[in-house]
Amino acid sequence: MIGLIVNPIAGIGGPAGLAGSDGADVQRRAGERGARPRAAERAVAALAVVAASRPDEHVVTAAGPMGEDAVRAAGLRPIVVWHQRSPTSPSDTTDAARALADVGVDLVLFAGGDGTARDVAAGLPASTAALGIPAGVKMYSPAFAVGPSAAGALAAAWLDERALPTAEREVLDVDEEQLRRARVEPRLYGTLRVPYRAGRTQARKAATPADEQAAVRLAARGAATRLRPGIRYLLGPGGTMAEVARELGVEKTPLGVDVVLDGRVVVAGASEQELLAEVAQGPARAVVSIIGGQGFLLGRGNQQLSARVVEAIGDDPVMVVAPEQKLIDLAGRPLLVDTGDAGVDARLAGFAQVVTGPSTTSIYPVHAPEIEGAVHAP
Amino acid sequence: MSLPIAPKPAHRRFHQARWDEPVIFELSTPGERGVLVTAVEPGVRDAVGDVVASLPEGLARRTPPALPEMGQMRVLKHYLRLSQENLGADLNVDVGQGTCTMKYAPKVNEQLITTPKLSAMHPLQDPADAQGALEIIWRTERMLAEISGMDEVSLHTQGGSAAIWANIAMIRAYHEANGEGAQRREVITTIFSHPSNAAAAKAAGYDVITLHPDADGYPDLAALKRALSPRTAAIMVTNPEDTGIYNPAIREWVDAAHAVGALASYDQANANGILGITRARDAGFDVCHFNVHKTFGTPHGSGGPGTGANGVSAALAPFLPGPRVVRDGDRYSVHEGGPQSIGAIGPCHGVVPNIVRAYAWMMALGAEGLRAVAETAVLNNNYLMKRILEIPGASAPYATGRRRIEQVRYSWQELFEETGISSEEIGIRASDFGMHYWTSHHPYVVPQPFTLEPTESYSKAELDEYADVLAEVAREARETPEVVRTAPHSQSVHHTHHDDLDDPERWAITWRAYRRKYPDAVGA
Repeated sequence: MIGLIVNPIAGIGGPAGLAGSDGADVQRRAGERGARPRAAERAVAALAVVAASRPDEHVVTAAGPMGEDAVRAAGLRPIVVWHQRSPTSPSDTTDAARALADVGVDLVLFAGGDGTARDVAAGLPASTAALGIPAGVKMYSPAFAVGPSAAGALAAAWLDERALPTAEREVLDVDEEQLRRARVEPRLYGTLRVPYRAGRTQARKAATPADEQAAVRLAARGAATRLRPGIRYLLGPGGTMAEVARELGVEKTPLGVDVVLDGRVVVAGASEQELLAEVAQGPARAVVSIIGGQGFLLGRGNQQLSARVVEAIGDDPVMVVAPEQKLIDLAGRPLLVDTGDAGVDARLAGFAQVVTGPSTTSIYPVHAPEIEGAVHAP
Repeated sequence: MSLPIAPKPAHRRFHQARWDEPVIFELSTPGERGVLVTAVEPGVRDAVGDVVASLPEGLARRTPPALPEMGQMRVLKHYLRLSQENLGADLNVDVGQGTCTMKYAPKVNEQLITTPKLSAMHPLQDPADAQGALEIIWRTERMLAEISGMDEVSLHTQGGSAAIWANIAMIRAYHEANGEGAQRREVITTIFSHPSNAAAAKAAGYDVITLHPDADGYPDLAALKRALSPRTAAIMVTNPEDTGIYNPAIREWVDAAHAVGALASYDQANANGILGITRARDAGFDVCHFNVHKTFGTPHGSGGPGTGANGVSAALAPFLPGPRVVRDGDRYSVHEGGPQSIGAIGPCHGVVPNIVRAYAWMMALGAEGLRAVAETAVLNNNYLMKRILEIPGASAPYATGRRRIEQVRYSWQELFEETGISSEEIGIRASDFGMHYWTSHHPYVVPQPFTLEPTESYSKAELDEYADVLAEVAREARETPEVVRTAPHSQSVHHTHHDDLDDPERWAITWRAYRRKYPDAVGA
């Protein structure tokens, strides 16, 4: 059973040049500038694809503009399980997501942006999958389909096939006040289980793990086999690092940086100061994955791994771990570092040797967007 | 039908045959026979005795094989029906299986290989009685040596990946012979090289480093230099890559590898765009291979076994797989591999019928003809690319605006973003028009990929027909997406459920396993 949540005001601030839609004041100003929320129409476009093959499908949703209207407009049958409060608040989305999961929805479609993804993630249990219909201003989280029709096609496949694979994807969001001051530092707020369509019969020609989780496991195993005794490993946040911790048999804080030495966690959820103290005690190396769809290694979602920490580690400070597909998903864009220190960024720029499995690595370019001249030569 | 014949519509109203033919085991009727073998006459029995008794204990069956029992005519009908439920290479415009070089394999060459002078030969026959076959092997190897510029060639392997395996096995043996086997543990490849290079290197125990293309879509020389070190055993690259892009700095790549003591291995599985134009040895490569069943006009694996050709420089020649055919004056003899040979990868001399087909194909064309093959294949490809790029929603990522060699990996990403129709769904719909279509090797680096390779065999009219079909399906994706999404509509089989392929518990690759795993389905 699929569900739908529409964030009625998602995207309202974008066309109005307000760098986001969070906050009552911004929403009022956007309204004054003649902005019109587009989340509803994009949700209708997605559901229209479902309706084309399954015209009688029921969709569990929230009342009125939070979903019910869009379900009706697409010609499908709404089952309303949540009514929004007045006035609306972000917790509406979270509570609606929880209500959908409670009645047994196994895939929640949500129309909005990063803020909506963050609120949905806060309300969904890990067993419920979610997929974003892109309608927001900010979409740093790799939890969105490429377009409304693609989201609808995936939802239809979910209903038809009952067994689409899912992958853990990060939910990132930027503090919009920062964004309006032209400073972009998305934070990692959690993860969503997002369905995807693996290549089908013809994919069997390849030995590559078709299953994304299997690919993550392989990359994590590659990292685990490269760890050496006597070295402090600073494990960054994210799903791939959680898998590395699983390979090592240690607990991992999902959003924090944990220090592992000789197979034991010596500091969990370390601050920058604690990391500096650990690095001072002996040889150390940061182990990070790619955060979000923008390709950041450092400076987004793992700010504890600061320029000072990288500097203190010394030579070859960072091991990058990611399945090949994460590099491919960057579509040729380089990996990015932005530690806030031009010297450190320049040292990290060039190429990274990314660990993709126990006996496989990939060489991939790294840019430092904040400094000139650190762009790798074409 | 009445005269005059009605004009044909713009798009072929193809309809695949559907016979609902059972599995052959289900057609079995106990006691039915295709051939009634005459009983052994008493005189014969007296003369030879009980022949079965002379079989070694381990070879004699205790129970007869559980073969299907049926009459000849029913067997014939069974296989003819199955053959009609195929989109065979000789039926459709088979340009949609890019990287496979689905060119026309001339039928006249089938007559050559069915002559008893060849088909009755035994691979272990005394070389004195096999001079003709050995001469053809030797001459074919020498022609491939001339085409690649390499010093020695072996036709011993039976397919492309076996030949790639021979490449890395020779490289490993070379470094071990030089005392550098323990030091050189890494092989470098590119993400658009054929994945068998990475797979073979991994199987040979190497760590594999993959390079991504540079900002312009070309193989990244700076990334190569970052990856090369005294640990590098070899670079293993395909050129042109699967994108159809020819590495303009290929000589620098080889030189950079040699500078750190590594070898350079060239995957020329598909050399259709470079025959008579570039040569592996001229770019400095130490080893290379061809897929004879791609470039040299012999049928593909599904239509018969393939053949690989391994070419090497003089320094690598001692490591070639064996046995080798050697010419002494005007006589030919068979030499087992020397002390440094990597040994046999398959039995005997490889797939001799394919070698004869390739020999006939090359001799019919001559040197000028081979070059004309490459020129025509490249021209066809660039014509088709122009037609495809005129279809809204199709693009050719990387090296934008440049010409390609013999194939192009295209993308439907724009169309997908607009309509939600994937490349795979387009391929299934294309089969409704009688056209085969393939996406890409994994990983899908190009989003929503499709790979077209027209070869030299197809006429402009047929390339136009193929492009017209894709244009029509793209139009449908926009205007009547349900038609595409629910395709195929005129095929024997509508959908295969690949969940069954993901779970080894559900596989049934023999009839015996099928009966064991699905007893209710067969009523056993």
